[in-house]
Amino acid sequence: MDGGCSGDMAAEFGDEPHVLAVDDNLIDRKLVEKLLKNSSCKVTTAENGLRALEYLGLASDKRNALDGTVSKVNLIITDYCMPGMTGYELLKKIKESSVLREVPVVIMSSENVPTRISQCLQEGAQMFMLKPLKQSDVKRLECYLMRCRS
Amino acid sequence: MDLFQLQRRLVDYRASLYHEDFLDEQFSQLQDLQDENNPDFVVEVVTLFFEDSERLLNELAKALEQPIIDFKRVDAHVHQFKGSSSSIGAQRVQKACIAFRNYCEEQNVEGCLKCLQQLRHEYSLVKTKLESMFQLEQQILSAGGSIPM
Repeated sequence: MDGGCSGDMAAEFGDEPHVLAVDDNLIDRKLVEKLLKNSSCKVTTAENGLRALEYLGLASDKRNALDGTVSKVNLIITDYCMPGMTGYELLKKIKESSVLREVPVVIMSSENVPTRISQCLQEGAQMFMLKPLKQSDVKRLECYLMRCRS
Repeated sequence: MDLFQLQRRLVDYRASLYHEDFLDEQFSQLQDLQDENNPDFVVEVVTLFFEDSERLLNELAKALEQPIIDFKRVDAHVHQFKGSSSSIGAQRVQKACIAFRNYCEEQNVEGCLKCLQQLRHEYSLVKTKLESMFQLEQQILSAGGSIPM
């Protein structure tokens, strides 16, 4: 059997869900990356909203869109409190995009502020998680990641 | 000290760190994440924490030395510190940060300076303790043993 073709298919679509994790805190980025990798995800990290948008091909710089290298992610998990652009603002930008609005977005925060939580959920976030994240929290993301695995 | 004694010593030492609130449950979470693919994960994260903390302590000292203090900036640094200490389970450091943030909100210089001192102190303590713990772990590994859970 010609393994070449199916091999390419796997590489093309990927068995592993691809998660974009956004957090301005270095330690938190390392932690969330490990948590997700332990759940067999491919992980890309970004240190702020702007970098995340650039990666997603949504930056105001139109060159990204013409480039054609819009990265495919299956889930975006972002910190709420970030300098420059908050996680909420990033969420809005994602939901405004026709290309990316279907991508589930999860917001994390170290602060349990009910108004903040409802604001994010109303804007379309799938889930709100309290930091620090644990393995049991990542387990709750399984449903979004499962769809990628068949 | 033989291997068994070293392992015993580590278990007791670790227990004392939890008992005295230097570490909390979140640190155990970090240890649980470590595996054969990433056998140095805990040391790596803690090392990052040390580097980042030292940077933040310097920034805090500088910010509080200014003739006109930008409390928002001070608070932003403390918020970062609170976040990272919480993520690795350094409970006493995290608590010191919480107290610090209250003084930032009140724009209380005296309070902030006292908190910075306290924060330095707590950070220095947990750093020493974690380094001792890692040293014990190294000794066990060098003696051909495994780290007890």
